Amino acid sequence: MLDFVQQLVSGVALGCVYGLIALGFVLVYKATEVVNFAQGDLMMLGGFFAFTFIGMMGLNYWVGFAGAVTAMALFGMLAERVVVRPILGYPQFSVIMATIGLGYFLRSIAGMIWGTDDLKIETPFSQGVLRIGSLVLAYDKLSVIAATMILCTLLWLFFNKTTLGTAMRASSENMLAAYYMGIPVKRVVSVVWAISAAVATCAGVLLAPITFIHSNVGLVLGLKAFPAAVLGGFGSIPGAVVGGVLIGVIESMAGFYLPEGWKDVAPYIVLLTVLLLKPEGLFGHHVRKKV
Amino acid sequence: MRFLFKTDYEDDIKLFPHSGYLVSYGILLALLLIAPYVLSSYLMSQLVFVCIYATVGVALLILTGFTGQASLGHAAFLAIGAYTAAYLQKYNVPFPVYFLAAGVLTGIIGAMVGFPALRLTGIYLVIATISFALIVEEILARWESVTNGNEGMRVKTLSLLGVTVPRDSPTFYYLCLAVLVLTIVGTLNLLRSPTGRAFVAIRDSETAARSMGVNVALYKVKSFAISAAITGFAGVLFAHKLSFISPEMFTLQLSIEFIIVILIGGTFSLHGAVLGAIFIVMIDPFLTYLKDDMPGMIAGVASTFGAGPAAAGSIKSSVAAFASLNGLKGAIYGIIIVLFVLLEPLGLYGRWLKIKLFFQLFPLYKRATFKRQKIYVKSERNR
Repeated sequence: MLDFVQQLVSGVALGCVYGLIALGFVLVYKATEVVNFAQGDLMMLGGFFAFTFIGMMGLNYWVGFAGAVTAMALFGMLAERVVVRPILGYPQFSVIMATIGLGYFLRSIAGMIWGTDDLKIETPFSQGVLRIGSLVLAYDKLSVIAATMILCTLLWLFFNKTTLGTAMRASSENMLAAYYMGIPVKRVVSVVWAISAAVATCAGVLLAPITFIHSNVGLVLGLKAFPAAVLGGFGSIPGAVVGGVLIGVIESMAGFYLPEGWKDVAPYIVLLTVLLLKPEGLFGHHVRKKV
Repeated sequence: MRFLFKTDYEDDIKLFPHSGYLVSYGILLALLLIAPYVLSSYLMSQLVFVCIYATVGVALLILTGFTGQASLGHAAFLAIGAYTAAYLQKYNVPFPVYFLAAGVLTGIIGAMVGFPALRLTGIYLVIATISFALIVEEILARWESVTNGNEGMRVKTLSLLGVTVPRDSPTFYYLCLAVLVLTIVGTLNLLRSPTGRAFVAIRDSETAARSMGVNVALYKVKSFAISAAITGFAGVLFAHKLSFISPEMFTLQLSIEFIIVILIGGTFSLHGAVLGAIFIVMIDPFLTYLKDDMPGMIAGVASTFGAGPAAAGSIKSSVAAFASLNGLKGAIYGIIIVLFVLLEPLGLYGRWLKIKLFFQLFPLYKRATFKRQKIYVKSERNR
């Protein structure tokens, strides 16, 4: 039982990171129907930025965190401007390819700049554990869960209570109509990319105590975050987080209770099963098609 | 230029629109046939890889280019083909039998992947095929009694009708070329058949195709099965060419490379698959060449523009240091993909068509002929 709870908490913590990356996918997808295959690499880059600010320049953890988030938000805008805006509205295939290309580029560049070693960021949560009876919970995992909850609340408030959030929802429904209603669609898209890069950075920094940061971490975790986003139904913000947590828990349970090898495939088997039964994901909407 | 007056439906579906095509393809084929006696063994080896990649590219074109079902899992089909060959070879099964068996088995598995894929579109399908590929990769690594796990399998030399065909012999190249040519001709015939028309109809609008009486589910599964089977055939050749296979050769990276093949070649014509295959196979040797020769070249250029020998030497060493950076290949891959998507979405073959049209229409060519229009799409969720 104790093992179960322990595995559950670490699964949820890992799942929250997946959820945060998936959140980035969903934000961008909701606003622009673009699937950003470079989301994991944005996360990796965010982690490296944070490492530069905190580990190399010796800034305070929170200052470095804020700096990395700001820098990555700007970088997200730049990436949107250069890679995505020219092909906005073209078939998804070309957009997927463009973001795959962007991911390749970021991975290699990060490898060139920061080297191929595993890096580690010292955080205030790195040490210390919370003991409840004989249950031992590490602070770094709890911090991930807490931060995910805070971020989700903020994003929910942003999308539902602010003008910009409403504009985003409008342009995601119908870009042309939103444009006619005076919504600056291009700027909205730009802001969406900034937000998703910022969320990815948070994921990268939160992840740092759990896994090391290296240039391929984005690819590895991005591939886990896809099932998370799809499981929740692409385009649903709560779905992304729930999907992420599910994937994380499944993975950690499979790693603990099933023979070796299942850990890596269990999330995908679950994903395929869910897609067979409910092709639009757990939280997706089924819509009728028109010609 | 030549005017083609089509007076008959038959004119529209001819394999060769006019005799000029026959001549140019004939010359190309003749050049390819004498290639082993002209080119170095290294280039021949690259040419074999071009044939294999182009075969996979054609297979992927049937699925992605003509049926509109994106797949990022074709490395798995290639792996299944390769492993089937390697496994059956252990029991002394003759080449023609395991060659066919690999294609049939991969085709059946492709159809099995196609069934769940029926209800999925767009990004969901991409993720499902990625999941399939990752699961296959894991199975290959774990099913040690058959696949030998991570240690990999040795593939014996191909023997056809009692004659051994080493992997770097001209005969092996002819075999790969024959498979490629048969695949291309077969696919061309497939595309002008009702099946092929149904594929294109599904790509253009699934709902419209259904209302025209196309059995969408059946044709999607067919498309998956055909594409997978061809990839399986290519997998057998791939296994023989490498003579050693292990699970880490068939990763997502390889699937992405196949997608790059058709993206860079052009997704609307079979020419694209061949051009893309040439591109992806030759980029590695090209980068190596640049790495070895570019520093010297740049230093030479610098010294002709008046840089002293010391400055030229420092330029040379800094360029050499840059060229030997670890991730340079990945970065160049990334830049090439992005540039192709942004600037030349029709791929290399599209560029060739544009050049051809320019000369055909010479004084009357309009620059806006291929200009892309800015479009705002409605959400796919409401479409």
